[in-house]
Amino acid sequence: MLLQLEHIYKTYGEGQLAVPVLKDINFQVNEGDYIAIMGPSGSGKTTLMNIIGCLDRASEGTYLFGGDDISSMNENQLSDLRLHRIGFVFQTFNLLETDTALENVALPLVYAGVKKEERNERARKALASVGLEDRASFRPGQLSGGQKQRVAIARALINQPKVILADEPTGALDQASGKQVMELFRKLHEDGITIIMITHDANVAANADTLYHIIDGQMSGGGQ
Amino acid sequence: MGENIRLSLKGIFSHKMRSFLTMLGIIIGIASIIAIVSTIQGTNRQIEKNLIGAGDNLVKVSLYQDGYTYYMDNGLPQGVPVIEESTKEQLSSIEHCQGVSVFRQRESYNVVYHLNTSMSGGYIRGIESDYLQTAGLMVKTGRGISDEDNRQLRQVALLDEATAQALFDGENPVGKTIEIQNNPFTVVGTVVAKEEFEPNIETMDDYYTYHQDNGGAVYIPVEMWPLIYQYDEPQSVILKADTTANMTSVGKQASEILNMAVSNENVKYQAQDLMEQAKQIQQLSQSTNTMLIWIAAISLLVGGIGVMNIMLVTVTERTREIGLKKAIGARKKTIMMQFLTEAVVLTSLGGLLGVLTGLLLAKLISMLNGTPMAISIPASVFSVLFSMLIGIVFGLIPSWKAANLDPIEALRHE
Repeated sequence: MLLQLEHIYKTYGEGQLAVPVLKDINFQVNEGDYIAIMGPSGSGKTTLMNIIGCLDRASEGTYLFGGDDISSMNENQLSDLRLHRIGFVFQTFNLLETDTALENVALPLVYAGVKKEERNERARKALASVGLEDRASFRPGQLSGGQKQRVAIARALINQPKVILADEPTGALDQASGKQVMELFRKLHEDGITIIMITHDANVAANADTLYHIIDGQMSGGGQ
Repeated sequence: MGENIRLSLKGIFSHKMRSFLTMLGIIIGIASIIAIVSTIQGTNRQIEKNLIGAGDNLVKVSLYQDGYTYYMDNGLPQGVPVIEESTKEQLSSIEHCQGVSVFRQRESYNVVYHLNTSMSGGYIRGIESDYLQTAGLMVKTGRGISDEDNRQLRQVALLDEATAQALFDGENPVGKTIEIQNNPFTVVGTVVAKEEFEPNIETMDDYYTYHQDNGGAVYIPVEMWPLIYQYDEPQSVILKADTTANMTSVGKQASEILNMAVSNENVKYQAQDLMEQAKQIQQLSQSTNTMLIWIAAISLLVGGIGVMNIMLVTVTERTREIGLKKAIGARKKTIMMQFLTEAVVLTSLGGLLGVLTGLLLAKLISMLNGTPMAISIPASVFSVLFSMLIGIVFGLIPSWKAANLDPIEALRHE
């Protein structure tokens, strides 16, 4: 089992002002799963995503990542876990505007301490795997939205993570580009990569194998 | 680290105007310090050169009373015997001493005449034949003073160029007669310094420091001294040291040897220590300039605050970038180092530009004032290192702020 969330609660604030955002989330992910989590805005899906992505800690409950208990890890260990085992894909791409596509893709390798030649070689391969080898020296400003998101996906893949976390990956894209990204996800899934995607769009969610709903901080579903 | 420097340079060059303005405080501060230091060092070197002369390394040891040169015109001192031949030998065996000559001296005070022209200022020295060699003087016309002149009590005189000019106004003085204390002396030659030395005189202080060397001199055989001044007056000594650095020690040892024979409590032999004198003048100019350096340091402080300010702006501007980097696995320390490097690269560049500007400024000052400049490599290196330190100190708060951003909040930042 890759991820295991047991009785996860997340509450913001304290005492009278306490706002419960996640309530008793129980959720498991196996290697190779392709999961979509759907929910309206304010339902707590982004908070859940942050907890799964180890950017945030749960107020209560246990989260095991590949068998390791997240709550016992310090900040550096969490950084390393995000670096090596999680690939993030954001709605707004979050590419560095002053860097080329190649440099953007290679960025996580810098933090992993990989030498420059190897970084560039691996980044080139990752770009090729999303069909953008000819855009390596382009800056984000010279790329279309769909291309930017594919660069971001190449970046997420560069350290061969255990799981890809995608937060509204098609939210800022037109239909055609969104479809391309979904096709890319499908292909990655077929290659055996684990994907967790949150979205409010049922058409997008339909691409996943397993669908969960989250409403008012409570999770339901898990059906095919 | 290389990656951080690359990132920093990229950041700095993508905001050229802003980076330059930020560096300006550092540039001005460092430039002022370098300009001041270069000028001080140049001036100091000039003072040293002026005082010590063209490297003749001559130390004059003469009688002093209460810290001032003893003037024979005030009456002869008690208890100062004539310097014996054995004492002279002792003097010449001092380490680093290359030559010794004993002489008598009086300020001239209108006692030297040629027809109706008198020589004002300057001095008369009674010398032996070894004097010219030791003092680094060269016969220009005629001849020098020989042992024969002393033995035979010849009434002959040597003039230096200033005296020849004052008394004879360009005429050849050799063979002519001058009067010293109403006694006729035949001029047998003129002498000049072997090495040309022009002191650089800019202020009244400089003038007073050097005038004694320029006042003109008349040399006569020392055996003739009783003829004009009635007595075998106490003598002075010149010693030639092998290097400028050894002048002080040679002078000290010589005065100790000479003072052993002196029984007068108030009058003692003392070396006219030019190195010491140079140091005193240097200290004076240095203390004024040290204050200037402190003022320049304030500019560096202001520059540092400017750097901190801009770094804080940069961190705010790049909040999303920081959030992303932290999200994808950059450690706190990595982010901290990135921004600290940027601050240090910024201030180091400023320091480097400051050093260049400062050297140009010093060059300009030296051209305008006619003072020399000296490029100080240690000061330049220290300045750049110091600007790095400013980068570290004033980059700390912004970098700490960047490193501690919450990635979730940072990614949400617009």
